[in-house]
Amino acid sequence: MTAIQRITDHAGEWLRGAGPSSEVVISSRVRLARNLAGFPFVGQATTSERMEILKRTREEVLSGRLGRELLWVGLGECPDLDRELLVERHLISRQHAQEDPACPRAVALDKDETFSIMINEEDHLRIQVLRSGMQLSEAFDHVDHIDDVLESRLDFAFSQQFGYLTACPTNVGTGIRVSVMLHLPALKLTGQIEKVRRAARDMHLAVRGLFGEGSDALGDLYQVSNQTTMGRSEQEILFDFQQTVVPKIIAYEHQARQALAKQRSSQLEDKIWRAWAILTHAQVLSNEETLGFLSHLRLGVNMGRLDLVDMRTINELFLLSQPAHLQKLAVSPMDPASRREARADLVRNRLGDRR
Amino acid sequence: MKHQKTCDKCDRPATNISVEIIKGEKIRKNLCDIHAAEDGIPGKAAQHTPINELLTKFVQAHSGAEEPPELQCGHCNMTFNQFRQHSILGCPGCYEAFESPLTALLERAHEGGTHHVGKVPRRVGASEQRQQQVLRMRKRLGEAVEAEDYELAARLRDDIQRYEEKTE
Repeated sequence: MTAIQRITDHAGEWLRGAGPSSEVVISSRVRLARNLAGFPFVGQATTSERMEILKRTREEVLSGRLGRELLWVGLGECPDLDRELLVERHLISRQHAQEDPACPRAVALDKDETFSIMINEEDHLRIQVLRSGMQLSEAFDHVDHIDDVLESRLDFAFSQQFGYLTACPTNVGTGIRVSVMLHLPALKLTGQIEKVRRAARDMHLAVRGLFGEGSDALGDLYQVSNQTTMGRSEQEILFDFQQTVVPKIIAYEHQARQALAKQRSSQLEDKIWRAWAILTHAQVLSNEETLGFLSHLRLGVNMGRLDLVDMRTINELFLLSQPAHLQKLAVSPMDPASRREARADLVRNRLGDRR
Repeated sequence: MKHQKTCDKCDRPATNISVEIIKGEKIRKNLCDIHAAEDGIPGKAAQHTPINELLTKFVQAHSGAEEPPELQCGHCNMTFNQFRQHSILGCPGCYEAFESPLTALLERAHEGGTHHVGKVPRRVGASEQRQQQVLRMRKRLGEAVEAEDYELAARLRDDIQRYEEKTE
């Protein structure tokens, strides 16, 4: 059984649908960017230097001090579909999944997918921890521990003035990126999402869609993350995010949900039940419409208007209905038309089971 | 085709278009980012600006009529212009080589932050010097391999290894 097959048959930790504020916050993520001292950054490194970086990191990561059951996936030897699957599971970035024979790359992850370490992405190491719901402190403690373990044996590029040195100066300093994945259907339905985007930008935060940079906010899922990494400590950045930014957005979403319930109750019910009717009966479903309807189901469950399905099933469907997952579950590559049929089958079956 | 308005004060495209009514009189303003900022209008610059745009603007604003002397990193040979095109630095040594233009850039990208505050690796000690030294040795190693001088390359590889072990 390959490393990838071992993770396909269950959903990652971040999709558990539990944790504080999970009615709005799907998951919390903290990522650190690190580079080995004495080497050029990945873009300027030669193939043999890149292999050396990979070798050194592999030894430390698999030394056993980060946990026993770690998976190491060499991305060069990995089929396209498997790399795509890792992207869908948020374990590697789209950039990291791109094929390049001159740049050997890998990802290390634990079997519960609570963390992953990308090697030779834009930086030598990108260490990330994912948690379900609003658990930024827990995620930070974990990533900080991984960093401590690795830096006790690996020398990271660091300067007193600039902090941890990264390939892109937008990450330099702490090298930290704190982000939450938010489900904001009511703000979308009430037309207030642009206001949130603008407010977030004013606070120097980035707002992106489900799959990061440049992706659309399918399924009303938004990733909000910090942009400032220098001049403020990890704790300050985390504190702001946890105490000010995220609670504010959660409060806006709750207000919008209440307004919908009060002023547009029948339209709200209609959205939810229409989504249910289509998802439980459709024979052909596109990715985009599936995520849209799943979003309305999720809203219905959270607002107590629908009790025919649980949160975990909906969260899992957000992932399992993605192209690479569908093909992996079917054990064979499929063209887009067959995928739409397979998607409808999967959704009907999963929702039918819960009725 | 839609006509692109130009700035009232220069020939750049107008990105901030406003109509104000002052004492019953309509005043139209078509301004570019720079003149809008001078006018006190928080333009795109106050929001998130992609780093290459920041860089281009920064260099334009500081280059004046003359081309500034090209900065180059002594470790990886990257020039500041190459960095400007891709927004990605070549090696840790670039931070020192491009210190002055980078500091101004960091200030804008990080809400005024130009100095690191936060976690410090436990074994930081003399490592900055050591980092530079290894980077230099590794560069010579690369050159030796390229020149097919394998004897020198082998010696350098041993040196790097010894140096890294000694300082660990």
